[in-house]
Amino acid sequence: MIMILFLMSCWIALPEKLPLKFNLFGTPIDITLSSPVLDLYILGKPVHKQFDFKQGLDIQGGMQIVLQADMSQIPEVDRADALESVREVILRRVDLYGISEPVVQASSNNGQYRLMVELAGVTDPTQALSLIGQTAQLDFKLISPISAENKAQTEEAATNQNGATESAQQNSVELIDTGLSGASLKRAQPTLNPQTNEPEVSLQFNEEGAKLFGDITTQHEGEMLGIFLDQSLLMAPSIKQPILTGQAVITGQFTLEEVKQLSIQLNAGALPVPIQVLEQRTIGASLGNESVQLSIRAGLIGIGLVVLFMIMVYGMRGILASWALLMYAVFTVAIYKILGVTLTLPGIAGLILSIGMAVDANILIFERMKEEQRAGKPWGIAMELGFGRAWDSIKDANVTTILTALILINPLNFSFLNTSGLVRGFGITLLIGVVLGLLTGVVITRTLVRLFLREKGIGFRLNKNRINKDQ
Amino acid sequence: MNIIKYRYLYFVISLVFLIPGIFSLLRYGLKPAIDFVGGSLIEVRLPENQSLNYGQVAELVDSDFGLNAVQQSGSGQFMIKAKEIDENQKNNLIAQLQSQYGEVEVLRFESVGPSISRELLSKTLTAVGLVSIIIAIYVWRQFKDIKFGVTAVLAMFHDSLILLGSFSLLGHFYGVEVDILFVTAMLTTLSFSVHDTIVVYDRIRELKRKYPRVEFENLANTAVLETLSRSINNSVTIIVMLSALVLLGGNTIRWFSTALLIGAITGTYSSSFTAVPLLVEWNKRFK
Repeated sequence: MIMILFLMSCWIALPEKLPLKFNLFGTPIDITLSSPVLDLYILGKPVHKQFDFKQGLDIQGGMQIVLQADMSQIPEVDRADALESVREVILRRVDLYGISEPVVQASSNNGQYRLMVELAGVTDPTQALSLIGQTAQLDFKLISPISAENKAQTEEAATNQNGATESAQQNSVELIDTGLSGASLKRAQPTLNPQTNEPEVSLQFNEEGAKLFGDITTQHEGEMLGIFLDQSLLMAPSIKQPILTGQAVITGQFTLEEVKQLSIQLNAGALPVPIQVLEQRTIGASLGNESVQLSIRAGLIGIGLVVLFMIMVYGMRGILASWALLMYAVFTVAIYKILGVTLTLPGIAGLILSIGMAVDANILIFERMKEEQRAGKPWGIAMELGFGRAWDSIKDANVTTILTALILINPLNFSFLNTSGLVRGFGITLLIGVVLGLLTGVVITRTLVRLFLREKGIGFRLNKNRINKDQ
Repeated sequence: MNIIKYRYLYFVISLVFLIPGIFSLLRYGLKPAIDFVGGSLIEVRLPENQSLNYGQVAELVDSDFGLNAVQQSGSGQFMIKAKEIDENQKNNLIAQLQSQYGEVEVLRFESVGPSISRELLSKTLTAVGLVSIIIAIYVWRQFKDIKFGVTAVLAMFHDSLILLGSFSLLGHFYGVEVDILFVTAMLTTLSFSVHDTIVVYDRIRELKRKYPRVEFENLANTAVLETLSRSINNSVTIIVMLSALVLLGGNTIRWFSTALLIGAITGTYSSSFTAVPLLVEWNKRFK
């Protein structure tokens, strides 16, 4: 059973592309020493989930920005909505900018409204920053089709260039500024139509806006009034009748979700919030890469030394413990991939540290076994006693580490504790490390010791039989 | 072998390590990183063995920049520390550096405002307090005896003080700063310290049940002796892993690993040689 689990984990833990390097004995392992490279392409699983490492910003490079939203101009009741709108706008902008998986988190605490933005792999921080820093611009523009001959001309011009269809579509309408902007809008809200019970967006204009909106809707009845956020079209409802009250609704085949989304975007214009950079961290990709390489090399050398030490001190059992350690490492990596743990540099340190600690359970058990043997107990009993009695102290001792790791991770997002990605990264790997260390140390080593050490020689055959039975 | 008999020696050894640290803490304090006090940091890589010093950077920036220090952080890599500056000020400096040195690569740029750093400081202190309290309560409950809880926590403070003291000294002599990762390392040290202490205490409890008549000092001594090889072997593995990280792991997490390493060493020592002797002493004096 354990073997099957192990093989599955190995499979998951394998990198997508695995260059195998062969080294001759005797030469110390040198990474620059190039040897025949064999590439294996292995997808993590037939289910289309790919087991990739998520890399933290400190590894793949990128930008982390903490922004402060200035809410002094926004009425108290609207502040939460305004913050949500700013978040939405920033997310939209970085999406358009082409950043994959941007993270934008909003938080408010003690009257402080903040946004944390994480952009992985940004190469031009200055540009990214100016992109994010702008206050949202909402405009209402009339959309009218261009007259036929104009259209023919522009289409001809467009087909001469590449990317014909898109530009042709854009060129076939004309945008007319109306002077109506986000400043005239008081608020947008998702509502339900009292008659049809369908979701719709209701707009409320201020005094000035109501007048302007009334004029526009009277003069251009039947035409389309496009709503633009940051110069790109959000939607283009058509004007059904003149609206003079400053209260408008946009109907359509909207779902509740869409209505909410639209309101948030509209509010970005209606409730303009200036933002200010509180904290900025930009890490170039090269620094992270180098550090990862170094850390992993350090980790491997460390594991090698630990294995050597275990074998020297505990002999045959040391070999088994090292085997358990190897399985532990593979399980850990597999779990990282399954849970999608974001790897950060402190996280890698946490992993390396937990490998060192994982041996602890084994050492406790082996020492206990030695003692029981010294006390004159036969081998089999000494072994079982060793596992049984050591368990108590292993359990007690690890509880404190687990509690500390939990405080570092702050899973409930208490505002009085940290939420820093780096600290969490370390906490998470430490927690996974300790819990898994307990499992492998106790369950796997015990199984291995039972299988291989009781009946010397036939251990391997026994093992094979067991696997067959399990299947 | 009677280890506990020499307990005053261990107290002296602890003091030898504690006093310089405490002195340095009082005298020089810790060097807080921008995480806690705000400010900015630019790390750059210069082409081809060129170097940068404070004077050279100071000539390029005005007083608004608030240049604080320029340190070498690797071969051809330099850290420029200043007041909280914005993207434009940074870009200006980099442009000027590039005109003088050629292709200058910005490895990282961090700028932290004062309000954020103040919050972080209070959050950090909360976390440290919380961890200490939880651990104390846990040990207390586990051993149902105030002696065990208090001495375990005292040993824990001993380790934290040594760690803080070392970083105060490192800060004074090598400009090592205390950042959020240091605090993380310290919290981990707290749990390390108790981890080992619990293993020894567990053994004392077990022996006490088995031989209720034997004198406490002897029991404690046997427990320490019996767990010592485990304790040392276990620490060796952790120390090996951490030393590898400190020596080979790159700059970014070097001091973090160093803090963990110091914590692991003192945590191991304090369990057998601080916590248990304190426990024995307590038992003797307040029976």
